[in-house]
Amino acid sequence: MLSTHNLTAFYGDFQALFGIDLEVNAGEIVAIIGANGAGKSTLLKAITGLVSTHSEAVRFMGEAIGGRPAHRILSLGVAMVPEGRRLFPSLSVEENLQLGAYRKRAGPWTLGRVYELFPALSEKRRVPSTALSGGQQQMAAIGRALMANPKLLICDEMSLGLAPIVIKAVYDALPSVAAQGIALLIVEQDVGLAMRVSQRLYCLQEGRVALAGRSLDLTRQQVSAAYFGI
Amino acid sequence: MSFSVERATRASRIGAGLTIPALAALVTLPWWGESSWMRTFVEFACLLTLAQMWNLLAGYGGVVSIGQQAFLGLGAYALFVLADHAGVNPFLCVPLAGLIAALIAVPTSKVVFRLRGGYFAVGTWVVAEVYRLLIANASFLGGGSGKSLAAVRPFSKALRESVTFWMALATVVLAIALTYLLLRSRYGLALTAIRDSERAAASQGIDVDKTKLWVYLASAAGCGVAGALYYLNTVRVSPDAAFNVGWTAYVIFIVVIGGIGTIEGPILGTLIFFLLRETLADYGSVYLIVLGAVAVLVMVRFPRGLWGYVQQRFDLRFFPVQRRVRLDAAAGAAPHSR
Amino acid sequence: MSGWLDTLIQGVLLGGLYALFAMGLSLIFGVMRLVNIAHGDLIVLAAYLALVVVDATGLGPLGALVICVPVMFLLGYALQRGLLNFTLGGDILPPLLVTFGLSIIIQNALLQGFSADPRALRLGGFETGSFHLGAGISVGYFPLLVLGVAVALAFALELLFARIPLGRAFRATSDDPEAVQLMGVNDQHVYGLAMGIALAIVAVAAVFYGIRTTFAPTDGPDRLLFAFEAVIIGGLGSFWGTLAGGIVLGVAQAVGFRLDPGWGVLTGHFAFLAVLLFRPTGLFPRTR
Repeated sequence: MLSTHNLTAFYGDFQALFGIDLEVNAGEIVAIIGANGAGKSTLLKAITGLVSTHSEAVRFMGEAIGGRPAHRILSLGVAMVPEGRRLFPSLSVEENLQLGAYRKRAGPWTLGRVYELFPALSEKRRVPSTALSGGQQQMAAIGRALMANPKLLICDEMSLGLAPIVIKAVYDALPSVAAQGIALLIVEQDVGLAMRVSQRLYCLQEGRVALAGRSLDLTRQQVSAAYFGI
Repeated sequence: MSFSVERATRASRIGAGLTIPALAALVTLPWWGESSWMRTFVEFACLLTLAQMWNLLAGYGGVVSIGQQAFLGLGAYALFVLADHAGVNPFLCVPLAGLIAALIAVPTSKVVFRLRGGYFAVGTWVVAEVYRLLIANASFLGGGSGKSLAAVRPFSKALRESVTFWMALATVVLAIALTYLLLRSRYGLALTAIRDSERAAASQGIDVDKTKLWVYLASAAGCGVAGALYYLNTVRVSPDAAFNVGWTAYVIFIVVIGGIGTIEGPILGTLIFFLLRETLADYGSVYLIVLGAVAVLVMVRFPRGLWGYVQQRFDLRFFPVQRRVRLDAAAGAAPHSR
Repeated sequence: MSGWLDTLIQGVLLGGLYALFAMGLSLIFGVMRLVNIAHGDLIVLAAYLALVVVDATGLGPLGALVICVPVMFLLGYALQRGLLNFTLGGDILPPLLVTFGLSIIIQNALLQGFSADPRALRLGGFETGSFHLGAGISVGYFPLLVLGVAVALAFALELLFARIPLGRAFRATSDDPEAVQLMGVNDQHVYGLAMGIALAIVAVAAVFYGIRTTFAPTDGPDRLLFAFEAVIIGGLGSFWGTLAGGIVLGVAQAVGFRLDPGWGVLTGHFAFLAVLLFRPTGLFPRTR
């Protein structure tokens, strides 16, 4: 469904990614791990169009989409839950969700379905998004991305700053999302969590893929060697 | 690793060598030049002083004001009031006008510094309008139609023009020299730090508000002197002319076209302004349309201005304000990685 | 006493026009924090556009709106996408300088094309008609219409921002111009639409302004300052605030004018400075 080929990305003169090859197939949950500064967020930004790259570097549903503007890439069916939630403070919870459906892509996800998935949001629909707890904000951010009815959902650092019990509640929602046929690409700091929820895993180190494989087959030693570069 | 810190450049040494004969030629101009040249030079010097002041304020201090005409107008009216109503020697009034403009800038800053960014810019303009309207309503200053400078009548035309010319020359040289020295001092470093990031500068122990205030006051003084000189040259003032926002508009265009945040930029920009005005003199205000369009183009395409472009391309600096670390040959190949 | 009441009423009516000047500026402040120095000159430009349309088509000034509003909308959209979008982001100097440049270009181009003579739009009598409230107070039909249009516009813009998907996109883009792209919103297009709508409002304001008083190529800067003052007095982020700010400014000017005809504009500026000193967030800032 999604593949990257020799993907490179720069911030001015600084090269952040050095030829990343990655693949996500329909119905799969794929995780990306790596230390701070390994290039995880840049990779997601390059895929979603927030950081520019060459057009053949990213292919989605057979189309070369690298370097297209972010709003076009969303229209094709790639939605992202950005790091730090990035909810819009001057919009209510429901308005944030509605904005997710701005492109009016057809599909199963509606306000009702999102509230079914996250009942806590249903009670808070009228309050400003800033009045939510951290976990509820994360749920709203996921719900907002689902409202776009994506084929591929990208989640950046969803566990950041959340209590373990809240992290579990957030991640418990993912299987039912995947059951709708949505592929998931997840960036996660918590390596154990990433290995548990994903079917395949990529480990980035200094802008390169240091390790790739089926999550079940990889050993802790392999992962930490790739993670720390020792 | 051995290195040395460089503050001069080859261009700055050549520039210094050329400046002295050029200045000598200018100083003697009243004996060999025509009086129209002197009048044009005074205008040039005033505009260049204003441009340096705005460059100091915005290009180095990051304080983008579009109300500097307030201090130009106040300086001009300070000259007329002191000379005609208080009997002060009109030439002595010029430095006093700068002082008065700076004094009025103190309470002014209390009001306008409440605004930030673009709102600050328009706020300074409103304040300039307030001063214009107050003066236009003062009948003893001639109201809206303005007044002529009576205090210069006792002086011969030649004497008046020569002295005005020398004062203008001294003012513009001082404006450039003081800006240069200020920027090379530790205050210059503080200013540049504030322009780049107020928060980071504050965390380094720089008193951001105080530094900005001082630059604002210094700039007001410079504008006041330029205003007094300009209207000493024309001998007639009116509120609409002296407080015209056009002053600030042209000055901003000059600085941006020449290259903001450099001392050479405003000089180059002022030359371009006069060149445009003289070449398009037969087409009314067309030169202003061209000037505006060029400024817009430069801002969008070459945001560092013409001098910024030259500097980048040829590494040419006549007024080096930065410190440059020069590594010795062996150390120059030190690995550089991120 | 009735003299002061009359001054108050005339001030409120004048404020309606200032609110019209300010609505477009308030909109682009709200969506993209852009301080458009050319706003006043665009008002004057639109008034000349209406003049040309009236002369060319024989439509009345109000009928000319049918042409002026869409033309100004397109101009705004093109200006934003073709030029102003390149100045947005971080540094405050580029948008200020570019709009300042536009201001000087528009003023001098109008001077070249139309000379410095003041012009006016004529409505054939309606603009001078009035009715009496008694006690020597009369209210002009036309200023009342202007105030009514200002109120209706404030209402419509509040509704747009609160209820319509485009309004949500405006607010979200203002909050976080990067994240909004991940929702499929084209921020560049949104800015274009915001400027388009702002200049469509400018066209309406310009026609009423041209009917109410004469206009000349160099009148733009004053219109900008009045609009700016109305927005700041009212408080950023609320169109009702902008309406109120326009009315406060209008009343301040009317009171000053009554004290001394030379003071009208000055007392308006004083009201603005007083708000800055004592209530820097404006009278009716958006609280959420």
